[in-house]
Order: sequence, then C-alpha cells, then structure tokens
Amino acid sequence: MTATLQKQPRASAPDRTILLVLFFIVTSAFLLVSHNGDLLSQMGAIGTALKNPIVEALMVSLFLANVLFAYLWKAAPWARALVGVGSLLFVLPAAGREDTSLLDLSIQIMIFAALALGLNIVVGLAGLLDLGYVAFFAVGAYTWGIVGSPRFAEILKYFGENPGGTNAGTLAIGLVLTVVTAASMLYINRLTSRAAPTAATAWSFRLASVGLVAGVILTVRAILVLMAPQADGLANGLNAGFFWLFLALSIFAAAAVGVLIGLPVLKLKGDYLAIITLGLGEVIRVLANNLDLYSAGSQGITPIKSASVPWFDAAAGALGFAPDQYYLLFLYVLVLVMIGLILTVNVRLDRSRIGRAWIAIRDDEVAAQAMGVPLMQTKLIAFATGASFAGVMGMIFAAKQQFISPESFVLNQSIAILSMVILGGMGSFPGVILGAAVVTLLNLRILPGLGEATANISWIPQQANPGQLQRLIFGAILVAMMLLRPEGLLPSRRRQLELHHDDNQEDESAQGNAGALGTASGDVYSAGYAPAKEDDKAGGSR
Amino acid sequence: MELSTLLPFLANVIVGGLVLGFVYAIIALGYTMVYGVLQLINFAHSEVFVTGAVVGFEVFRVLAPVNMNGYLKLLIALLAAMTISGLLNVIIERLAYRPLRGAPKLVPLITAIGVSLILQDVLRVIEGFQGRFDLTYTLPNGFAAPFCGPESSCVGLGKFLTGIGVSLQLKDVILIIVSLLSLAVLNYIVNRTRMGKAIRAVAQDRVTAGLMGIDGNRMISATFLIGGALGGISGVLFGMKFGTVNAYSGFIPGVTAFTAAVLGGIGSIPGAVLGGLLLGVLEKLIGVSNVFGELLGIKNLAVIDDSYSKLGAFIALVLILIFKPTGLLGKSNVEKV
Repeated sequence: MTATLQKQPRASAPDRTILLVLFFIVTSAFLLVSHNGDLLSQMGAIGTALKNPIVEALMVSLFLANVLFAYLWKAAPWARALVGVGSLLFVLPAAGREDTSLLDLSIQIMIFAALALGLNIVVGLAGLLDLGYVAFFAVGAYTWGIVGSPRFAEILKYFGENPGGTNAGTLAIGLVLTVVTAASMLYINRLTSRAAPTAATAWSFRLASVGLVAGVILTVRAILVLMAPQADGLANGLNAGFFWLFLALSIFAAAAVGVLIGLPVLKLKGDYLAIITLGLGEVIRVLANNLDLYSAGSQGITPIKSASVPWFDAAAGALGFAPDQYYLLFLYVLVLVMIGLILTVNVRLDRSRIGRAWIAIRDDEVAAQAMGVPLMQTKLIAFATGASFAGVMGMIFAAKQQFISPESFVLNQSIAILSMVILGGMGSFPGVILGAAVVTLLNLRILPGLGEATANISWIPQQANPGQLQRLIFGAILVAMMLLRPEGLLPSRRRQLELHHDDNQEDESAQGNAGALGTASGDVYSAGYAPAKEDDKAGGSR
Repeated sequence: MELSTLLPFLANVIVGGLVLGFVYAIIALGYTMVYGVLQLINFAHSEVFVTGAVVGFEVFRVLAPVNMNGYLKLLIALLAAMTISGLLNVIIERLAYRPLRGAPKLVPLITAIGVSLILQDVLRVIEGFQGRFDLTYTLPNGFAAPFCGPESSCVGLGKFLTGIGVSLQLKDVILIIVSLLSLAVLNYIVNRTRMGKAIRAVAQDRVTAGLMGIDGNRMISATFLIGGALGGISGVLFGMKFGTVNAYSGFIPGVTAFTAAVLGGIGSIPGAVLGGLLLGVLEKLIGVSNVFGELLGIKNLAVIDDSYSKLGAFIALVLILIFKPTGLLGKSNVEKV
C-alpha cells in the first residue's frame, strides 16, 4: 500500500521543467520589483500600476504558487529543488528586505500552515472535530507572552506582596505532590494496561491527576514567590536567551493542556465533541480576558521579546537588512525550520502505527477498538500532538506580533483554521498547507486589497466592502467545499483510493469499504466526506 | 449585606434568572427539534434567532410612529419574525443540509458552521446599508413599566412577588406569557396533530416512516419551519429582554441554549425547557457570586463578577457532557454496531 501512497505524477504528464523555471524567474522578478519602493517610483505609470493593492496581492499569490507548482508539476528534480529552495530562502527574504510586510505575511502563512497541520492530525486523521483548537495556540502565546514581557515583573511583585505560607515549605510540598502523583499515575497506567481498568483504578487515576495539577500549581506559585525579590531586575521580562527553553516548554504546556482537556472530553463523539471543545476554547478565552494579573485582560500584553541571536543578526546586517528587521528575518527562518520539522513529524506519524490507528478510529471507532486499538490513548496522542504544534506556533506568533490579547484567540480563528484544513483536503499534508496559504492570503492580502481598491468606487457601499466580508467568505468556502468537493483541493492519496475507485478495480472488499464510509448510518463518526457521487448507496435524497 | 435584604435579593436573582431562562428555553427548542429529527446540531440556529430579533426590531421601528395598541405591535412583530425565521430555516435546510443527507456526520456539521458564518455577514451587511450595527429596541410605551404599577393594584402572584421585593417589569411578564403560549402550541402540534405524529415517526426512524407513507423530507422541512418560527419568537423576546442586538450577538445565547438542550437531554422538549430555566438561574447566580463571596468572606469568590457569568453555560456544558451526556430528561442511546 505504501508504494501507492507515494506521489507519482502520471507517466503521461508532460515534462514542465522549462515552464516551471520560467514561471519562477518571471514571478520572482515581478515580486522583487513590485516590492522595491525606489525602483517603483522611478518607473512612473508602470510603478503605480504595480503598487495597486490588487496587483500586489496577485503578484504575491502567483509567486507563492511557484512552490505549489514545484510540488505538483512533473519536472526535473533539480528544477523543483531550485524553485522550492530559491523562492523560500532567497527571493522571499530579498523582497522582504524592501517590504517587511511580505516577511510578516509569509510568517503568518507558515504559522497558519503549522496550525492547520496540527488540526489536520486531530480532525483529518483522527476524525475528532475540535472547534476550540485556537485555545492551544493561546496557551503557547501566553506562555511566552507572560514571561517575555514586563508582565512577568508585575506578577512577581504581586506574589511578593501576597506570599502566603512559607515558600520553601510550599515548594517542597508542591514538588513532592507533583512527583508522587505523576508516579502513581504512571503506575496506575501500567496496571490498567495489563488488566482491565476497574472503578477503583479509574477513580484513583482521576484523583492523582487532580493532585498532579495541584502539585504543579503549588510548585509554580512557590517559585514565583521565591523569585519575587528579582522583580525589579526583570522589568522587561526574562532574558531573551530563555526563548529557546520556552520554545520547548510551550510544546509541553500546550500538549499538557491538550491532555487535560482531552482526558474528560474525548469520551464524547461527533457533534458533542465539537460543541464541548468550542465551549472549552471559549472558557480559555474568557479566562484570558478576566485574569487581569496574568494576561492583562483585554488590554493585552506588550511588548513581547523575541530571541536575539548575535551571529544571525550580524549575518542579516551583512545582507543589508535594517536592524529593526532582524527579528522578523530570524522568526522567518525559525518558522521555516519549524514547518520542516512539523512536516517531517507529520509524515512519519502518518506512516507509523499510531497514524494508522488514528485513521482506523476515524473510519470506524467500534471496529478499531475491536481490533485492539486503545481508543482513549490514541485520541489523546492525537490531541496532544496537534496541541503541541499549536503551542509552539503560538509562541512564535507572540514574538512576531510583540502583542497578544484575547482578541487573537476567538472562535473565528478556530473556524478559519478548520476551513484551511477542509479547503486543502482533510488528511493531506500538502493540501492543508495549500489551504492555509490560500485562506491566509485571502484574509491578509486579497480581501484587504480588494477592499482598498473598491473603497472609492461609489456603487459599492462601504458595508459590503470585500475587506469586511471575511466571515461570509469563510462560510461560503466551508459550505461550497462540503457540497461540491468534500475531499478538498489536494486530496490525500489514501482517501482518494478509499473513496474514488477506478472502474477497473474490482476489489470486493474495497467496494464494501467505500459503501460503509458513505452509508447513512449515524454511527460512523468519520471525519470524512460527503459520499462521492458515484456511490449510489449513499444517495439519500439525491 | 444584611440577612433581611438577602431574601429579596435572592428572589430577585432567581426570578430574573427564570425570565432569562425562558428566552434560552425557546431558543433551545429550536436546537432540540432539529436534533431530534436529524441528529444534527444546527449551528445556524443562532443566526436564525438573530434574524428573528432583527425582524422584530424592524417591525417595532416601522410601527413606532403608528398609533396602535402596543400588544398588537408585539403580535405583528412576533408573527413577522416567526414567518421570516421559519422560512429562512427551511431554505437553509433545503440548500445546505438536504444535499448532504446520508453523508458522515461531520459534513453537515461543518456546513452548518459555514451557513452560520454566512448569515452573520449577510445580516451585518443588510443592516449596515441603513447605517446600523447595534440595533436598540424601542418598545411600545409602557412595556418597560413595572409590572402591576403601584403595589396596591397587584393581585395574587403579582402581589406576592412585589411583597417579597421582586421588581418585575411588564416586558418580563409578557415574555413569560409568550413563552408559555408558544410552548403550549408546540406541545399541541407535536403531540396532538397528524403532522406532529409524522414528525415523531421520522425522528424515530426515517426509513420505516417512509415505508408507512410519510414523506420524510417534507416532515424535516416542517420541523425546520417550526424550529425557525420558535427561533423568531425567541429573537423578539431576546431583543425585548436585552434591548440591543447585533449580527454577531447570536453566538453566546446560541451556545447557552444549546447547553440548555443538552442539559435537559437533547431531543426532549420538556428537557429543553427545564435546561433553559436552570441555566438562566445559574447564569444570574454566577453573576452575583461576588455578593456571596463578600457575605461568606471568601476572597476568591469575591472576584467572580458579571463578566464570568457567561462561563456558567460552558462549565455546565462540560460537566453535563462528562457526567451525564444523556441529560436530565434524555433517554440513553445504545450504540449499535
């Protein structure tokens, strides 16, 4: 099966090496020219035309299409590598040097691509509809946002004034509680993996998990109190060198929150799971809005630091970047590396035992369980993995924006990420990246560009300005994709095999499989697809 | 706070919660009816309900200069909202959900989310053309007056309520009466008419009902019509109760009402009402936790104020789904393999 999963351009497809390279050169040239302010001002009328927001959005979109074509088209390997690496590592930063908003946009696209890849694991592979995904993004963002900004000093001051109990004692109790409860949780887990879980083990596991949370809170509190005298020294937040430590921490924090949220709710299925995750996401947002001490409430936290890497800054300076662009370039490279890592993890996971378990659960939970897939554990891993990607990207987002507030973590963000996954194709990695790129471009460039361009046209009223119709467009994408092409723009190969049989494939078992996916049975909670048109069993009222 | 003032305070909170609860209950009925028949969470219902609120606003606005009995205006507003919301719901069902009949559950759910987003922006644009965003209800004269005027004119329950210090407004009483009336009508339709019987049959088993000569699609449309009409009523009541509505204000009451439906046992009509009332009271009680915090000297409770009150529904939702997913009055659904 694995062999068929590899992407194989059809043998009959024409070789497009020359076209690809030409397209790359032309769009790169346009991108470089159209974002170079000095050059544009010398070019007169052409310059003005290129500066038009719609043209600019088009240029960026066409340029980014390069990377897509390098992936899709049949071309010589060297050309595909050249276009991919050249556009991401050379042309984009070079154009971004002249116009920082381009770097900003690319970081944003990649952040959303990573989020979509994370949600894809949860929704696309494991079939768990999560409408509160942005909560994990918020966890990552606030983890660094709090310690990497002046907020940290405020919190320390507060704890210095309200120490409550002896600190060393609290710390000791907290540490002991944490270690003991974590150990007992592991022990109970080992017990239940051998024998069937009983009510006693289930309850003691829950008790231990409550104890673990209490222990961690006590420990953190004690550490904060002990650190309180340093408050003045930390008026600007932790040293930026801690960025790397917190990059790792944000992964764990988000994964831990994923497990914490997942443990109680993953027993639920389908729409119940959707609505409860929506509720929990909203709870986290309301908490961020109201816990003024930690999150500064609706005012938000600012300024948030980014890491400073001296040799990187020196290199950027040598390449002609202005000092205030260093951090953006750094984050661009960081996020590129992260995407590479996340993509690798994704591909490896997809082909691993756990990935197959996810897909089994998505397709038929009961059957998967009967085949010995541990439901809870597998779903929790999916939740935690998806959450950890979101956590890491949340932190990078906080460092890029230098400002976070609860406004960035609303339900609409979750839905935007969901629409990326659906637009691209659930379960397909290149698909969700494409989805993320399209939706982000639409949101940040194309719609605002259209809005700007139409702002002065009298017959388009201000209220119907395309720049403000994001919800409408998201909604239309969701509905249209579900009605017309539920498998997405770049469907996953495996799902295509499952759903779209060629007529020459006379595999009885495979036929039955497709039928099961498409039948009207309400018990199949698959993340799946509207039945393909050729599947007459699923027709319903069609 | 003195103990002597606590009782009237509590009574006020509870009565206020019940009034709010009736609004939630009627919205919850829209969710529960659709869920009962299609097993679909109609995310778009919150926008259908906001549409009702907007229609109600427009009727009150247009009729404001007209010299007409206030109750007649209310009746017209309710009927208009019912018609438009009901038709809207039917259209949504026809265009967005019917083509997906039989698809895996996630598909119509995502479509519902999409429809809800589309409706939000459409409503905003439509109202935006007139330069409006926050719609402020101008009710007919007298609706905001205290219920039963001077205390001496009160009788029966009204006298008792004002006696223990509850201040009710006329609009609250109207709200309760309209809710009870629509409940009675709904109860009649579902339990006493041929159509109600057919709807229940379709809810139980669409295929078998089809074999018995019931047109499943027509009954589903009827359900959406009734659900939408209830959404329209609740929209007008919501507008009357809160005074302002905008295109995006459906989300929180929508989730709260859905929680109410789940709390009572989704698919169960009395359950939705019970859930709505409980959540209304819960929300009001959380909103005043700071009062109890001060009273009992609990510092942590004292910081919880009105801004947390919307969390009540979410926390209730999480707890119910974890501990009793079938809800208070729901029947457990045995999973078939």
